[in-house]
Amino acid sequence: MRDAFIDELIIAAKSNEKIVLIVGDLGFGTIEPFVERFPDRFINAGVAEQNMMGVAAGLASEGCHVFVYSIANFPTFRCAEQIRNDIAYHNFPVTIVAVGGGLAYGNLGYSHHAVQDFALMRVMPNMLIAAPGDPMEVRGCMRYIVNNPQPCYLRLGKSGEACVHSKVPEIAPGEWVNIRNGKQGGGTYLTTGTALGLVNELLESNADLENWSLNSLPLWSMNTKKEQPEKLKYFSATHTVEDHLIDGGFGSWLLEAASAHRQLLTRIRIKSLDAKVCGMVGKQPCLNREGGLSLEGLCE
Amino acid sequence: MKNTRILANIIRQQSLKMVHKSKGPHIASALSIADILAVLYGEIMSFDPNDTTSSLRDRFILSKGHSCVAIYAVLAEAGFFPKEQLGTYGEDFSWLMNHISHKVPGVEFSTGSLGHGLPFGVGKSLAAMIRGETWKTFVLLGDGEMDEGSNWEALMFAAHYKLSNLVAIIDYNKLQSLKPVELTMGLEPLVDKLKAFGCLVHEIDGHNHNQLIDVFKKESDSQPVVIVAHTVKGKGVSFMENRVEWHYKCPDDRQLGSAMAELGVKHA
Repeated sequence: MRDAFIDELIIAAKSNEKIVLIVGDLGFGTIEPFVERFPDRFINAGVAEQNMMGVAAGLASEGCHVFVYSIANFPTFRCAEQIRNDIAYHNFPVTIVAVGGGLAYGNLGYSHHAVQDFALMRVMPNMLIAAPGDPMEVRGCMRYIVNNPQPCYLRLGKSGEACVHSKVPEIAPGEWVNIRNGKQGGGTYLTTGTALGLVNELLESNADLENWSLNSLPLWSMNTKKEQPEKLKYFSATHTVEDHLIDGGFGSWLLEAASAHRQLLTRIRIKSLDAKVCGMVGKQPCLNREGGLSLEGLCE
Repeated sequence: MKNTRILANIIRQQSLKMVHKSKGPHIASALSIADILAVLYGEIMSFDPNDTTSSLRDRFILSKGHSCVAIYAVLAEAGFFPKEQLGTYGEDFSWLMNHISHKVPGVEFSTGSLGHGLPFGVGKSLAAMIRGETWKTFVLLGDGEMDEGSNWEALMFAAHYKLSNLVAIIDYNKLQSLKPVELTMGLEPLVDKLKAFGCLVHEIDGHNHNQLIDVFKKESDSQPVVIVAHTVKGKGVSFMENRVEWHYKCPDDRQLGSAMAELGVKHA
């Protein structure tokens, strides 16, 4: 996912001189191709996230499209007020890129577990959440973001996620991306972020689920709730899956979107991480399994 | 624009009237910066009130956003919007809110939470440097605000990237929200700290217009500039000067009359 991100950024930066990359002293092994190609549009802001976000806002106010790259909670919680006041309120085109969404940095401990980031970012008006499910969705999200500069939070995995899509899908805010069609009028899984791979594996390995569809929703926001009831109506059930806590997460967002439609609310089921993983240490598959995100856990 | 001393007096009068009418706080903080603003807008900065996004303009950021009445006053005087609008300050749905707002013509950036203006100004300075443009960014900070770590992060960054087009002004009026600075979170030796962070530091009387004009005309080769402006909180209204309560209090009718009289006007 990281490589797909930097690759798309380089492609965009070739023809768009407004694109600037700022890192918070992170990105070893990922950012070098951009730095080599565009040294004048690369800034290492050091280990100082509050200033980094303020600088990003200042650059964006002068017409730059700024990508701020860091890991886990550093570019979100550490500088939340800078994002809220300086970027989102002013509607400046800054894309905050966090590598290691969910429990990707599982054995690095709680400081590195990004399992509450949706909750923080999605309550800011103007903020677009981008949570791609595989490298192809990363490319699709990047193409949308580059062409539509705005405050945005791009959440990436880090673990060499396999491609689910065979080509880059068209991605737009609030629009579900179909991966697999089940039975008409049946149920669907709806993922955001890297849960996509797990659910795809579940559907491919479990014949009992052959009637189920699979959709992902990589771009969503406060402003794209209103379209969701129409999409929910197509399915007898919608099971959301995310590697985030239920509180303030993606499934909760969908419930809010459906809150005025009582008959739709009962069709939604949320599969998210159990909060018991907070504080646990382990590799990502281990912690995801503990939190309920495994082939077995999804069937419970 | 008018003579800077006349302009400073107008800023003080208008600030008092806005705070009085809206029953708002922070009058002393606004009086503290009136001379700095009068010199910047009356003598130093390039701007065009009819073209607020001109790429050539100098950029001004008020980081101590609670002093916004002083900015609204100087912007109205400079022609960014009609002076009658000042009468709506703090009213329901007014765009003249009680912390500086970018919705007001001529205002670059909204603040209100402290420690945000300098990093933002650093980003603007960096943009100018990357593009080889010659405009400057002026950021006005409070002294209490220097408690914020983000300001020191920004100074480190500005020095590292040699942002000589950045001018930070610290309104050093020595009073914070509850107590004097030295009893709250001592800043001294402030000048030494700023120099140690790689800044070119000037120390002046922030109410002396000749000193202000001279210091703003000085250039820097490669260092960000910080002007430590020694000021008096509440300057120009004797009963508000150096009194911590005027961070919050709003003048009543009688006090407004006394204050305006000290500024040489009869208040109707």
